[in-house]
Amino acid sequence: MKKLGVYMRRYWGLYLFGFAGMVISIVLDMMSPQITKRIIDDVIIGGKTHLLTGLLLGLLGIGIGRGIFQYMKEFSYDYIGVSVGYHIRRDLFGHIQSMPMRFFDKHNTGELMTRVKDDTDKVWVAVGFIGILAVEAVTHTILVLIFMLRLNPLLTLIPVVLLPLIGVCALRMERSLGEVYDELSEETAEINTVAQECFAGVRTVKAFARETYEIEKFGRHNRQFCGLNMKQAELVAKYQPLISLIGKVMLISVIVAGGAMVISGQMTLGDLGAFSEYANNVIWPMEIVGWLSNDIASAFASWKKMKKVAAEQPEITGPAQCGPPDHVCGDIRFEHVGFTLNGSEILRDINFHLEPGKTLGIMGMTGAGKSTIVNLLQRFYDVTEGRILLDGRDIREIPLEQLRSSMAVVMQDVFLFSDSVSENIKTGRRDTISQDTVEWAAGRAGAAGFIDRLAQRYDTVIGERGVGLSGGQKQRISIARAIAKRAPVLILDDATSALDMETEQMIQKNLREMQESGKIIIGHRISAVRNADEIIILDGNTVAERGTHEELMQRKGRYYKTWCVQYEGGEAAWQ
Amino acid sequence: MAVNTARQDELMREVPKRETLFRLYRYLFDYKKELAAVGGLLAVTLSITLATPLAIELAVDQYVANEDIAGLLTLGAAALALFFVYAFCTRQWMMLMAEVTNKVLLTIRSQLYSHLQTLSFHFYDSRPTGKILARVVGDPNSLKDVLSDSVTKLIPDLLTIAGVSVIMLVKNWQLALAALLTLPVLCGGMFVIQSAAHRRWQVHRKKNSNLNAFIHEDFSGIRIVQSFAAEPEKTEDFRRCAKEYRDSYVRAVRIGDLFGPLVEITWGVGGFLLYFIGIRIVGADKIGVGTFLAFSTYLGMFWSPIRNLASFYNKLVTNISAAERIFDILDTPAEITDREGSRDLPAVKGDVSFSHVDFAYTDEPDKLVLKDVNFSVKAGETIALVGPTGAGKTTIVNLISRFYDVTSGSVCIDGQDIREVTMESLRRQMGVMTQDTFLFTGTIRENICYGKADAAEEEMIAAAKAVNAHDFIMEMEDGYDTKISERSAQLSIGQRQLLAFARTMVSDPRILILDEATSSIDTHTELLVQSGIEAMLKNRTSFIIAHRLSTIRSADRIFYIDGQNIVEEGSHSELMAKHGAYYRLYQSQFLEA
Repeated sequence: MKKLGVYMRRYWGLYLFGFAGMVISIVLDMMSPQITKRIIDDVIIGGKTHLLTGLLLGLLGIGIGRGIFQYMKEFSYDYIGVSVGYHIRRDLFGHIQSMPMRFFDKHNTGELMTRVKDDTDKVWVAVGFIGILAVEAVTHTILVLIFMLRLNPLLTLIPVVLLPLIGVCALRMERSLGEVYDELSEETAEINTVAQECFAGVRTVKAFARETYEIEKFGRHNRQFCGLNMKQAELVAKYQPLISLIGKVMLISVIVAGGAMVISGQMTLGDLGAFSEYANNVIWPMEIVGWLSNDIASAFASWKKMKKVAAEQPEITGPAQCGPPDHVCGDIRFEHVGFTLNGSEILRDINFHLEPGKTLGIMGMTGAGKSTIVNLLQRFYDVTEGRILLDGRDIREIPLEQLRSSMAVVMQDVFLFSDSVSENIKTGRRDTISQDTVEWAAGRAGAAGFIDRLAQRYDTVIGERGVGLSGGQKQRISIARAIAKRAPVLILDDATSALDMETEQMIQKNLREMQESGKIIIGHRISAVRNADEIIILDGNTVAERGTHEELMQRKGRYYKTWCVQYEGGEAAWQ
Repeated sequence: MAVNTARQDELMREVPKRETLFRLYRYLFDYKKELAAVGGLLAVTLSITLATPLAIELAVDQYVANEDIAGLLTLGAAALALFFVYAFCTRQWMMLMAEVTNKVLLTIRSQLYSHLQTLSFHFYDSRPTGKILARVVGDPNSLKDVLSDSVTKLIPDLLTIAGVSVIMLVKNWQLALAALLTLPVLCGGMFVIQSAAHRRWQVHRKKNSNLNAFIHEDFSGIRIVQSFAAEPEKTEDFRRCAKEYRDSYVRAVRIGDLFGPLVEITWGVGGFLLYFIGIRIVGADKIGVGTFLAFSTYLGMFWSPIRNLASFYNKLVTNISAAERIFDILDTPAEITDREGSRDLPAVKGDVSFSHVDFAYTDEPDKLVLKDVNFSVKAGETIALVGPTGAGKTTIVNLISRFYDVTSGSVCIDGQDIREVTMESLRRQMGVMTQDTFLFTGTIRENICYGKADAAEEEMIAAAKAVNAHDFIMEMEDGYDTKISERSAQLSIGQRQLLAFARTMVSDPRILILDEATSSIDTHTELLVQSGIEAMLKNRTSFIIAHRLSTIRSADRIFYIDGQNIVEEGSHSELMAKHGAYYRLYQSQFLEA
């Protein structure tokens, strides 16, 4: 995200255009009392009726002109505001999307949504409509002062003395409101998070019959939100009447002092009429000053929050992609890899070598760090010790996109987008994957059968996170998604847990046939890893056993024990 | 199931605007006392505002013309005093009104949220979470100004217009009529503008909701996005969403911004007519200079509230679609509710029976998922459900906890039709563990005790120990008080599943449903957990969906489900002897070994 000014500068032409419309419209506004004055002084009092037609047409022209120029102003500023908002939102979104996992561990979805959505909307209002209104109020006031000065310099002293007071009030108001808006923005993020979790976890909420609890939890935040809004209202109610009081005092002072001057012959009655009309004209900018400070304070608070998010630098970056990506063979080597997150050691001294086209099986206890290996390989996190090589190059020296494109991962928790089946399978390669490839991949993943039975087959839209599909069906689509990528390395992180045996075996057979890809298979079932070229067993944050199925069976260690539990009993029962 | 995505606009019922508006205002009417007070205070401030030009006229025509300085000063002092009253009253009504509006929003939002809790999974499944969020958080916010302006701007402005009209008519009816001649044109113009703008604002709010949904989904699935290097195409999609959001706004303001110019032009014409008719037709000599002066002030006082009204109207047209979207949710009927006069389900023994159960999702009534399912399970039995994915295993267990209602037939617990008892009492005695474990942001303690907030420390620890989670919890920074967040990497999927297991144990259900509950736990840990599970299964009726034969074999009975019904049922040895579908399933696993 850039500085606000940079976004605004882009529309300088339009700003100028709108500004011109505004100035003309104000000038026309100023001319109106002049014409009124001449109608009264010259036509009514002076009896020069021949002037009337011209003056009246002028009055009419002013009305029409104001209509046109006001539209020109309003539409330009609305257009600028929403466009600047669009650019800011785009940059912020792009920035957040490029952040590493650590960032997402820290920030909830609800909070990030608030920044990209609500906060941006507030800034947009400020750079468009509100900002301009503020400029208009100031311009208007200055122009009125100039006209007043021409009419009667002495009388102008009154507004000149009173206006700064209003400015002081507005500044104070803006400052104290800023703090409240700061809290409000935080609270909006909280509300978003609470509501978002409840909706996303609706199955858990209902299963535990905890609706009342959730309603209370939301109610607490809702009340807090309401309380902060009241605090904001109190501040506005504190300053706003004060500001409008000063405006009114100014008007009456002008009349009294001006009246005195007319009596003493320093001023004509018509001048006083015009002067009081001008004074009336600065009332409205005074009335909206409070309102403007309010919105500007709110926009500033939001902008600060957004800037904070934008200022977080992705600590994981790759070198820029230069030239066409090199061909990746998929030779992966872990050399003394260690990883520590938030002070606790997750992996220690991991070594393995996966040659292109070979298969590595990983097993281990729950929480032993199996998925972390995948996270490190994809650089969701960076290793804290040792290094990972892809085709002999440290992965930190490979452009991120190339690195991640060279492997296809089926994750443990299936995430599908609310989109059609085929769009989901094409994720990441939308423009290059053909429908044939999609169907081929679905077939390999054992998903073709049920997809064909869906109402619109591959065009069937599935819900967010794949709701509407069974766990096994979701898992098969996510496997198809990875297969369709035809990456040199295929990673399956406990990817068949929700499948029945038959489907699992069918998929495993299909995967074995895909000789061109190297595979890393993480699993709990022996059947998933037994055909791997090497199997490593993680325990206590490091590799405890390694070897082929046969070697490990001979060792009679952890692997053998697992095998016994999974098969021995079955075999005995069978015989 | 018809599913809405981030790319599509939502479909909504068409409701007349007036109906929506009245419904919105009904919330305000709950605060009659406050509104009356606001009305009183507004009357005071309004009369002071209206009296100001009268005072000016008096000052100029009376005191200045008669060179009465003392009178002028007295008037000034009186006006000053009145202005202080004005400021005080303004402050009071602002506070009162803010209280009313914020309370109304509080009510609307909590009503919405409470109502959402009663809606079925079907509602949640058929639209992205981001869109529901938009309606709970964003949409009510945009009603704030409309609500408070309806009282504090609309009423005073209408009164001002009426008041100024009366004063003008009394002072000089010919001049007044001349000034008011353009009003009908104005009203007609406004009507035309608003009907075009309203439709465009509706579209804009839908685009707003799409954008919200897209952002939500992208950030929730960020791992997939990054892992598939899908950032460029997601960014492209985002651009499209954001651009549609922008374009729909531009389209709407292109029309909406005409409100202001319309007022300006009619104002100009009004001024023209005032002087033209006043001087040419009535004659300037019949109307005093002071009156003309006053009239030019009145004209301003008459038109600025009209300008305000136009902008209020514009705001109303802009935001009424938010109210429509809120009421659309409130009007969505809860498909599954407590029946009239339903009682609490007494402590459950655990007999479960299905008789002639048919089930189809409401939007696909012709496609039966289950057909004529019959079974009865005695208290304490453990039932394993097996069969191909998508055969309806999860549907059967969903019907037991009444996440859906049967299409025909009935589901009974202890001989009691579950539709005749309160849902809360039913689900409280039911423990459901699904394959996707959901943990809430909060401490581990809060999560484990989710189903039973008043659980004792020992209960919690016992549950954690039983599922072998105690050790890794204690290894964490703050033990049970460690905060976990949505995606936090502190916990692996398997560990999350263990926590969810402990959560179910603490809630001490009478009937237990395990849907692939141990799928992400390794065999070694599962063995450790097994004894905990066995202890839990003892004396409780339980339904287990699993693919691991070791788990299935230990069940009392096995239901093999395929083709909308139970095709085989019996104990492991009975089914093996049958040489049917279960036998084949078992064999495929065995041959592999």
